[in-house]
Amino acid sequence: MTKTSRRTTLFGFTAALLAMTALSSAASAQSISMTYLIPSGADGVAVAEELVKSFEAANPDINIDIETRPGGSEGDNLVKTRLATQSMADIFRYNSGSLFQAINPQQFLVDLTNEPWQADVQASFKQVVTAPDGTVRGAPMGAAMGGGIYYNRAIYEELGLTVPKTWAEFMANNEKIKAAGKVAVIQTYGDTWTSQLFVLADFYNVSAADPDFASRYTANEAKFATEPAALRGFEKLQETFEAGLFNEDFGAAKYDDGLRMVAAGEGAHYPMLTFATTAIAASYPDMLDNVGFFAQPGDDAASNGLTVWMPDGIYIPQTTSNLDAAKKFVAFVASVEGCEAQTRAGGASGPYLINGCTLPDDVPPAVTDMLPYFAEGGQNGPALEFLSPIKGPALEQITVEVGSGIRTAADAAALYDEDVRKQAQQLALPGW
Amino acid sequence: MTLIRRYWLSALAIIFSGIVFLVPFSFIILMAFKDRTQAQLLDFSWPQGMHLWSNIVEVVTTRNWMLLTAFINSTILTVASVTLLVIFAAMVGFVLQRRKTRFNGLIEFLILAGLMIPPAVVPTIWLLQGIGLFGKLHGMVLVEIAYSLPFSILLYRAFIATIPREMDEAAIIDGARPLDVFFRIVLPLLWPVTVTNIVVQSVAIFNDFTNPLYYLPGNANATVQLTLYNFQSQFQTSYNLLFTNIALITIPPLIVFLFFNRQIVAGMTAGAVKG
Amino acid sequence: MTAIMQTGAPTAAKAVPVLKRRSPYPAWFFLPAAIIYGLLFLLPTLASLYFSLTRWTLFNSTFIGLDNFAQFMREPFLVKGLINTVIYAVITSGLKVVLGLALAVLLTSQIAARGYLRSVVFFPVLVSTVGVGITFTVLMHPTQGMINEGLALLGIDGPGWLVDPNLALFSVALVDVWKGVGLATVIYIAGIVAIPQDYYEAARIDGSTIWQSFLYVTLPLCRPATVTVIILSFIGGLRTFDLIWAMTRGGPGFASDTIASVIYKQYQAGFYGLSTAGNVVLFVLIAVLVIPLTMWLNRREGHE
Repeated sequence: MTKTSRRTTLFGFTAALLAMTALSSAASAQSISMTYLIPSGADGVAVAEELVKSFEAANPDINIDIETRPGGSEGDNLVKTRLATQSMADIFRYNSGSLFQAINPQQFLVDLTNEPWQADVQASFKQVVTAPDGTVRGAPMGAAMGGGIYYNRAIYEELGLTVPKTWAEFMANNEKIKAAGKVAVIQTYGDTWTSQLFVLADFYNVSAADPDFASRYTANEAKFATEPAALRGFEKLQETFEAGLFNEDFGAAKYDDGLRMVAAGEGAHYPMLTFATTAIAASYPDMLDNVGFFAQPGDDAASNGLTVWMPDGIYIPQTTSNLDAAKKFVAFVASVEGCEAQTRAGGASGPYLINGCTLPDDVPPAVTDMLPYFAEGGQNGPALEFLSPIKGPALEQITVEVGSGIRTAADAAALYDEDVRKQAQQLALPGW
Repeated sequence: MTLIRRYWLSALAIIFSGIVFLVPFSFIILMAFKDRTQAQLLDFSWPQGMHLWSNIVEVVTTRNWMLLTAFINSTILTVASVTLLVIFAAMVGFVLQRRKTRFNGLIEFLILAGLMIPPAVVPTIWLLQGIGLFGKLHGMVLVEIAYSLPFSILLYRAFIATIPREMDEAAIIDGARPLDVFFRIVLPLLWPVTVTNIVVQSVAIFNDFTNPLYYLPGNANATVQLTLYNFQSQFQTSYNLLFTNIALITIPPLIVFLFFNRQIVAGMTAGAVKG
Repeated sequence: MTAIMQTGAPTAAKAVPVLKRRSPYPAWFFLPAAIIYGLLFLLPTLASLYFSLTRWTLFNSTFIGLDNFAQFMREPFLVKGLINTVIYAVITSGLKVVLGLALAVLLTSQIAARGYLRSVVFFPVLVSTVGVGITFTVLMHPTQGMINEGLALLGIDGPGWLVDPNLALFSVALVDVWKGVGLATVIYIAGIVAIPQDYYEAARIDGSTIWQSFLYVTLPLCRPATVTVIILSFIGGLRTFDLIWAMTRGGPGFASDTIASVIYKQYQAGFYGLSTAGNVVLFVLIAVLVIPLTMWLNRREGHE
């Protein structure tokens, strides 16, 4: 009896241990195997897969395994954790600008300043992946984006509206749309991040009125609550809420609903970043031609311009054991063939930042509408997150409150200024 | 009279449970049958056309059959962790309940602390790297055991109190050794709680998302909850595939439960704990 | 913890050396659990205590004393989060005890379709929190959600479950109960099943009604189950953030923030030192609430 029971126990233990050891045997391969970490999401994965496929076709001895991670702040954490614990993939895709600065590029990323392909990367991008010591640590992954307002062209045509150049014109259009019984402005707080657009996309107007706002903001000298130009973004959000322009379910609708609504004409305007063009093309291809785009208007028609977001970068951590192969892949992404692979997989959503990369002729109207801002004589400027390392983490909750009528613009701006302080202190910036 | 009342009660319970518990599930199932466009509407409607099979094929084959790898990993992780967890937790619960020493207070505090304090991720990774178990399934097994112990110990301790002390004392007088007492007398009597523990902890570990995300990086190590991220992101969600995935990864816990549910009933009719 | 166990063992061995019999409850039974728990949980936790006193970026840390605690206490929504946390924990644990016990009594009685009902009640425990969160976010949609469409059929204008700042926390708490009540029920079933039938027979012979035998037999005798359910669900409720995170992210705005979600947000934002300090605060809060509760609940348990 005793023996039996002990044997059963032993068996249990052994089985568990065996199961555990069986797993640890790792597969070994002859050719070079690398991992490439990207944020999840069907469209991003499709682009990565196409890039890897084209790259592997040209380099049969290199094999790249795509690994996905959550996006958003959860993903930020994961990236930081894996860098800090020396367990990062061989190549990874991550934000440029302020988030890039927060991962200590100088300490963790391979210096790519002297790679030959850097000659073709536009200076505006290099600037947002440059470490504090002046070295460039990344290559562009994706196209430049604008933050502004998507509009439904059919509604504009039907009501005889023209694209607004000032905020007053925009609000006048909204009133007409509302009078016609339609939803004038789409808001989607089911995905809280979408609530920030009215504030973030207003930054071109802030810079136009106050050219050194960004540097004074970084130095703790300018505040959203006290600079009238900066406060306008919050006020614009409050105005649209108070005018009753939103869709009925704005509190629960999701980003994807917003895209469907603006494409199908269930709403006239949707403030968003232009990377959404790819998503509209994927989900609602037959309605893509209905969608146009314009920059968020300021108070003066003469200084109408677009707030621009730089794409993500791809980076190599210093811990990689396949440095040469990783560099090869990055060089491929930063080449004309790389741009072409991206367009093949995801369609074109805006201008690439590699010299020599062109857009196909049949780009959708939302992209065509965006190009004049980038052309000669057009006006555009970077978003605040590319000029200052500080972005408060609670902005999206605060803008949801403003857009839901829970908090006033002035109060919200003051609260956000407080939120920003923690970030500045964490980055150990002087003056805080 | 009582018969009529019992019927009423049964009927009421069935209808009520149907509305409260089954409708949300049928929603998940219906979503798995829809095509992408209809699924994006997120309404409770009958699927237009039958897309279940194509959804399943797409979910399973996505990213090089990642779901299959994930099923294998999660199953091994769950079985290994729960086996060891149940034995270790029952051992602690048994001695803790039976033997009163001055350390009991401290031990109970440490157990409660385990329930209360969220784990410290980064120091744990450093530690796992130090002992060479980072990114390995055995390391993950140990971490899951460590995190689940307090809960299981509490469950066991509460129910060991219901087993009369005379039972193990009788066995000891007969000359049985501690391990025999434990494995042959106590553990079998604890079967209903063990079943609860197995069901609850295997579901929790199988459904764990955060810990494998941090301690088990790499595609080869994917676990089932991570596969949900294949179809869901900050920007875009394929609801038909997402719900198909949810439905598929709920099947193993369901099987575990259906299997052990009979065990609970069996233990009940046999009156195992009556003593 | 390991050290304590080891010092415990020799004492036990010494106590009965003459009889050549070890204690039937040897302290080394603690060892496997103690090693794993001490190494993988306690040690990292102690290490993290140090980081609560630093400004920590994961990459480097600067010692700043108690600044993090001061900053955490200044969080604009901490007070609201505190109140929300307690409300949430009380609602969820209270409902789980009441409903769990009621369901367990129902499911151990001679009711038709018992197996079916028992499975159905337990189903939600099997689905991942993420899955439950997504599903209910969809069902609770203010205009197209099934719940409000159902209410509309009855002529009721359903509220914005997750969108109304006054309601969001309660909606999430209800979903938490929906998901967790099956577990409470199973714990209670195990407790009720363990009650010897003789007691009920004795009660019946004494002529007590069903209600009386519930009150004087079932309720007192499944006390360990009650204690377990209360402690587990109360601590769970105080610590909860995953369901809140999956459903409202503490929103709309900050309306459904609990301490755990405030901490999680600090962590997400990369304020690692601050979030560790928040964890210490949360731990103290839970300890202050739970330890007296446990002592009170266990006081009358020492009868045997």
